[in-house]
Amino acid sequence: MSMPPLVPPLVEVKNLRVDFSSATGVTHAVRGVSFSLGKEKLGIVGESGSGKSVTGRALMRLLPASAKVRADALRFGETDILHASERQMRALRGGRIGLILQDPKYSLNPVMTAGAQIAEALRAHSRIGAKEAREATLNLLESVQIRDPRRVHDAYPHELSGGMGQRVMIAMMLASNPELLIADEPTSALDASVQAEILRLIEELVDSRGMALMLISHDLPLVSHFCDRVAVMYAGQVMEELPAADLHKATHGYTRGLLECIPSLTEKRPRLPTLARDPAWLAPRP
Amino acid sequence: MAGAAPMIEIDSLDVRFGTNHAVRGVSFHVSPGETFGLVGESGSGKSTVLRAIAGLVTEWTGRMAVDGKPLTRRRGRAFFRTVQMVFQDPYGSLHPRQTVDRILSEPLAVHGVAGADARILRALEEVALPRAARFRYPHQLSGGQRQRVAIARALIADPRVLLLDEPTSALDVSVQAEVLNLLADLRAARGLTCILVSHNLAVVAHLCGRLAVMQGGKIVEELDEATLRAGQAKHPHTQDLIRLSHELEEA
Repeated sequence: MSMPPLVPPLVEVKNLRVDFSSATGVTHAVRGVSFSLGKEKLGIVGESGSGKSVTGRALMRLLPASAKVRADALRFGETDILHASERQMRALRGGRIGLILQDPKYSLNPVMTAGAQIAEALRAHSRIGAKEAREATLNLLESVQIRDPRRVHDAYPHELSGGMGQRVMIAMMLASNPELLIADEPTSALDASVQAEILRLIEELVDSRGMALMLISHDLPLVSHFCDRVAVMYAGQVMEELPAADLHKATHGYTRGLLECIPSLTEKRPRLPTLARDPAWLAPRP
Repeated sequence: MAGAAPMIEIDSLDVRFGTNHAVRGVSFHVSPGETFGLVGESGSGKSTVLRAIAGLVTEWTGRMAVDGKPLTRRRGRAFFRTVQMVFQDPYGSLHPRQTVDRILSEPLAVHGVAGADARILRALEEVALPRAARFRYPHQLSGGQRQRVAIARALIADPRVLLLDEPTSALDVSVQAEVLNLLADLRAARGLTCILVSHNLAVVAHLCGRLAVMQGGKIVEELDEATLRAGQAKHPHTQDLIRLSHELEEA
């Protein structure tokens, strides 16, 4: 998708490389990933270990100290993420960029009520009093389509279902009115029906608030359903980037392989085709 | 054994956890060599049914029998020789401080099976794990390899019934395909009777000939694979699940 020339993209990533060194050697987790993102929905798809989550984390500079991050450009708006101060990064993390993780069971604080956690997020990024924060929290809970905001406000995470917990996570991320939402496998821990609800909610919020979305997932059909563009990653590189609507026309062997090994409800197949990994996919791409 | 006698019989099974009535009057039969699916959303009671059969939930009432033998609250060694289970999260279900060799030896030691060494090698081969995996720890294996270890552990003492609780939902689609093919091969080679619990209708349709749909602790509909694929389910909840599955399947 081409951007109007005068408006710089919200996110610009050029030749991003992330290496992890350990006692046993160096792992090249991301090997030269480039993309730019405007106010649109980009899906990043790949298997575990393909580097998709590391790419998302690099944007927020949330990688462990053992990670070596290099890039020709890694920019969010006017902020150069490679050289930004911690203070600047704090304004991005949970501020201009929201991050939703896979399992609300682990990403919510178990000893704080849902309401207190959302209020904390609100007060971290704006100067408001406790009373105002409570009002704003209830509004946020309502905006993530929780029917009984007062009950959820006072509930602890263990008292909430997975879908409810994920709504609380989303509400917390909306608190600062972010410009970009990074959702890293936001529904993999949820049932099929709740999955669809949560993704529809994210889609609606992204559209109505004019946010950009980076949806990271291993589920190709799911991602293409909710995104404008899809980048398919394998072994730290983008194999193919295409409009989500053209996914069925994907030409790369890896993308085709991923699509074909999914069991289908309509079509009966005695055996599922498995992915034959072509060593050529590992070669550095231009 | 008469050909028509069911391998697994569940009659009016009820499970209560305190005030939570998790399973309400569930009944179904599974024939020898058949794979039966249980689908439903989380909280529908499908995993609880499986755990009650496996003996992991003890507070149940009703009647259950495996291979014609009624199940009691406490299960003897003979039961676990017949019935084994594979769980969703292969990392959570393997001992992190035990090597694959140790994990696979344990069922053999428990059941006093001779020739452990040869059996472990054969089990690794059967689930297509390299011999080198034998002395690795779970954290040194990928998710798919771990699930293969869990399957090998379940099958190593030659059970006749395999209970599968979301065996592929923690895996990548590419690895899921390999594990589903593996389960289909092992089932055919050993004539296993299986119950597969999953929220993924396509996975259930792929492996199961017959399935039951659960909602709120009850079975709302029992149907066969062809009816499911043709979209001829009668119960509105089943129809909802089918619609959703189609929606998510279309790329």
